[in-house]
Amino acid sequence: MTYIRTDGRKVNDLRPMEAKVGVIKNARGSAMFKIGKTIAYAAVYGPREMHPKFMQNVERGTLRCNYNMMAFSGSGNRVRPGPSRRSKEIGLVTQNALAPVIDLTEYPKTVVDVYIELLQTDAGTRCAGICAASLALADAGFKMKDLVCAVSCGLVGDTPVLDLDYSEEAYEGGAVDVPMAMIPRTGEITLMQLDGVISREQLQRAMELAREGCQKIYEVQKEALRAKFSSMEVEAGETGVSSPPSKGNREA
Amino acid sequence: MVPKNYIQTLAKKNTRADGRKFDEFRKPITVEYSVSAKSAEGSARVTIGDTVVVAGVKTELATPYPDSPDEGSIMVNAELLPMSSPEFESGPPSIDSIELSRVVDRGIRESKALDFKKLCLRVGEKMWIIMIDIYPINASGNLFDAAALAAVAALKNAKFPKVGEKDVIDYKNLSDKSLPFTFMPVSCTVLKIGDKFLVDPIRDEELAADARLSVTFTEEGKICAMQKGGQKQLTHDEVLAMIDLAAVKAAELRKCL
Repeated sequence: MTYIRTDGRKVNDLRPMEAKVGVIKNARGSAMFKIGKTIAYAAVYGPREMHPKFMQNVERGTLRCNYNMMAFSGSGNRVRPGPSRRSKEIGLVTQNALAPVIDLTEYPKTVVDVYIELLQTDAGTRCAGICAASLALADAGFKMKDLVCAVSCGLVGDTPVLDLDYSEEAYEGGAVDVPMAMIPRTGEITLMQLDGVISREQLQRAMELAREGCQKIYEVQKEALRAKFSSMEVEAGETGVSSPPSKGNREA
Repeated sequence: MVPKNYIQTLAKKNTRADGRKFDEFRKPITVEYSVSAKSAEGSARVTIGDTVVVAGVKTELATPYPDSPDEGSIMVNAELLPMSSPEFESGPPSIDSIELSRVVDRGIRESKALDFKKLCLRVGEKMWIIMIDIYPINASGNLFDAAALAAVAALKNAKFPKVGEKDVIDYKNLSDKSLPFTFMPVSCTVLKIGDKFLVDPIRDEELAADARLSVTFTEEGKICAMQKGGQKQLTHDEVLAMIDLAAVKAAELRKCL
């Protein structure tokens, strides 16, 4: 039986998006990314000295991502503040999703910290966090091959869909959630997780939806960067959005 | 970072790093409501100049405490997110975040701004716990006043969720019942730098200050909570002068709610 989406979207529709860069003044780079009712902030600090010292990489800077849900941002009870196993894992996979596009060889022994905070959640939080974080890194002016776009796809009932909201993830007839992140210009996958039972054919269809969805997200992200930088003189980097940061202009 | 003695020298010359008067708040001051309406029972975002703070309210049902069986309770938590400033680090709550949450807590709890009796559903059996979480998004000074304002705005914005059979809370459906507010407490913090008093400090001014006094007021202008901060002492007359300045500015802040 075909699942009809309760909010009237077609299977390949994303929820309405909004993106803005430069929303946190203290940070070197920052962004807000909203998809449906999920709202993520991301801020980038550094490169700054890595502590403890044994974690320093002499060849390049280290990217470190931190994911957190604000205590009131869950859909039921208050979320206990502080790191959980879930948030630690999401921090790790976010790091892995962003690492392939960013070049930190100019900053050995340092760490670049990315902080992701969820203000409001309606599923797809890690993907929204990755979209915001990649914008924040671009806003900070790091050398990047491309942005990273992320969205979840999967099954609701037996129907492959794009960008599941919370009611779909909790669908009585069963749902499969497949968060994915991609490098939009090449289509290469930098994050992939899966919860549920799905056939190879269904997964392939869902992945196709995610690929198309990421292209739409890419446009929204580029537009957000343009909105901030079009009025400024920017040295066009490889992607046209990045110029290398001068070391330590914000950090002591 | 501006050196400490530079801020102190400016104060001596009756001026401030950003050119404001001593009794002048930064602009804009804004309060936005329902910024996390899908998730929280009440929420608000407060902006004072470059400082941005969000607060959200969640509610839970619990058994009343034995020493107050006919009252509900509140809990205030503030976390100084490393997202909001290069000064803040991940890890267990810092002493600054604990002080911040306790000062905001006191402004609401001890002042009886909420009618705690009305937060009790059944004596000795069921009470509401109102949980307020405060997060700076961008911390550029005067978190005390911004946090207190955000907390009150989120409380004002909050509606109780519906309660089904066996006291199961239906978080998806809020009732139209607001929290039992008897009045809205508003806080203003005054700094002493040298022999000058100033309000709404930027971070550099906070670091250069000799002492700090946060004063929370009721709607009638009565004092309902105070906290002295900073390492230097204040005379009686200084405390009174700081309260007078705080009273005027708190009344102005109240208009933003």
